[in-house]
Amino acid sequence: MSLTLVSAKSVEDDRKARFESPLSVRGLTVSYGESPAIFSVDVTVRAGAMTAIVGPNGAGKSTLLKAALDVVKPLAGSVQIYGQPLAQMRDRIAYVPQRASVDWDFPTRVIDVVLMGMYRQLGLLGRVRARHRTLALDCLDRVGMRDFETRQIGQLSGGQQQRVFLARALAQQADIYVLDEPFAGVDAATEKAIIAVLQELRDAGRTVLAVHHDLTTVPDYFDDVILLNTQIVAAGPVADVFTEDNLQAAYGGRLATARVDPESVAG
Amino acid sequence: MGAEFVALSLPPILIGICVAVACALPGNFLVLRGQALIGDAISHVVLPGIVVAFLVTGVVAAGPMLAGAAIAAIVAVVAIEAIRRLGQIEAGAAMGVVFTAMFAGGVLLLEQSDTSSVHLDVEHALFGNLESLIWLDATGWASLFDVQALATLPVELPRMALALIVVAAFVWIFWRPLTLASFDEGFAQGVGLPTGAIGLGLVIVSAIAAVAAFDAVGSIIVIAMFICPPAAARMMTNRLTHQVAWSAGFATLAAVIGYVLAGYGPLWIGASASVSAAGMIATVSGLILAAAALCGPHRARNG
Repeated sequence: MSLTLVSAKSVEDDRKARFESPLSVRGLTVSYGESPAIFSVDVTVRAGAMTAIVGPNGAGKSTLLKAALDVVKPLAGSVQIYGQPLAQMRDRIAYVPQRASVDWDFPTRVIDVVLMGMYRQLGLLGRVRARHRTLALDCLDRVGMRDFETRQIGQLSGGQQQRVFLARALAQQADIYVLDEPFAGVDAATEKAIIAVLQELRDAGRTVLAVHHDLTTVPDYFDDVILLNTQIVAAGPVADVFTEDNLQAAYGGRLATARVDPESVAG
Repeated sequence: MGAEFVALSLPPILIGICVAVACALPGNFLVLRGQALIGDAISHVVLPGIVVAFLVTGVVAAGPMLAGAAIAAIVAVVAIEAIRRLGQIEAGAAMGVVFTAMFAGGVLLLEQSDTSSVHLDVEHALFGNLESLIWLDATGWASLFDVQALATLPVELPRMALALIVVAAFVWIFWRPLTLASFDEGFAQGVGLPTGAIGLGLVIVSAIAAVAAFDAVGSIIVIAMFICPPAAARMMTNRLTHQVAWSAGFATLAAVIGYVLAGYGPLWIGASASVSAAGMIATVSGLILAAAALCGPHRARNG
């Protein structure tokens, strides 16, 4: 009978890994009812990489993001941003929630939504000055939405709405970009535009973490992948982790309906 | 438009405007958050609290009334939760039961207790007594600058003006968090905003407006003003700042037109008595909403 002791070295390695990681969670558990949505999840996101969170419906992908950002309260677990508690590091994270989570009839214009991204700079009563407006327009430019500045957001297509959400995240001027299903219900042109912006961010040394639902594009778009089904099934570089076996383990019998293209699966 | 107007009509009109605007301002956010009926709920639930506060203290004063209303609101929340959990009934039905039951309880309590010495009865609870809030010492417009005369203004006017200032200050200071939390709660939490506290603050401020208004104008007008001016304003513009400005304008318009119509309208059509000002103000606000729904430039929605 063997007893595994946690060595001082492994504790030190973990501490170092978390200090270097833009986002690391340990033992994260969230429950909405009787059964857990995610259970004891450990994730260490690699800096300067694009990481996809992949898994079947109900696997807890969005929940993992929300718990990591303290949008839902976890039952247990800890979140660290560059080794620090989240509360001190909010300025370093930009968040793009699911497009469907918002009331698009809200009386607000495209430019106003982007300015919301600067809330932490502006505070309660800080005036919106020319430089804030310039930055907002610049962010809209990067997603190809500058001409829509004064449009009411409800008048946009789904893809355009998603681009405005991305522009708002860019206005947060963060180091880590966390996106929840950024390609859900958007047109092909928007998908290309969004992935180009995200790759630009990655090439500039930023970190991108996105919930992704289309298995066929994972190897093209992302560097790392986290396979989730309530618990972590596998995590690491796409070439090592995005294998038939791991996908089978994550999706079970549902893999056939997950539109997986065998050509695109590594290994 | 002389001494008689200043003494008899000016105070009720000003009180009506304060009530209408104080309810309409938070009403904008309640309507956008899909919580419009909270205004309705508050004005129902607080009645038994106000009656009990009167029975305990024997006076109709702002402090005890607010305290009674707050306690009633807490009782309501606990009762809703208990019915929902124990009875396995969905939240909407549980709320409906509690609000109407508490209001009915308040009405019964009012009828059974001796409140003849003060302005507190069933009709008052529904329609208020806006017309009776007159300024006896006023002798003309000059009285507005006469300290002695000003001291005899109906107490409801400064009380309601104070409530309006509190509400307006809340909306102004917390404009950004309110907007952000109402539009995109997930993102708001992501930037570290306490969205639960913001929602609670909005409800508390709405309750302050409702309780302060209740005494002067009754619950009918409160319910109407939380919903009608903001809903009408939404159809005039696609910008929140403009919507709030429109809603304040519509609320003011409803208060003035409603008061004048109630006082003089029946005379114009040959009837002898005037009708309830609060009821007429609520009716006018409903007509404004109907007009906006038919002719407003931004009626189309995208689903």
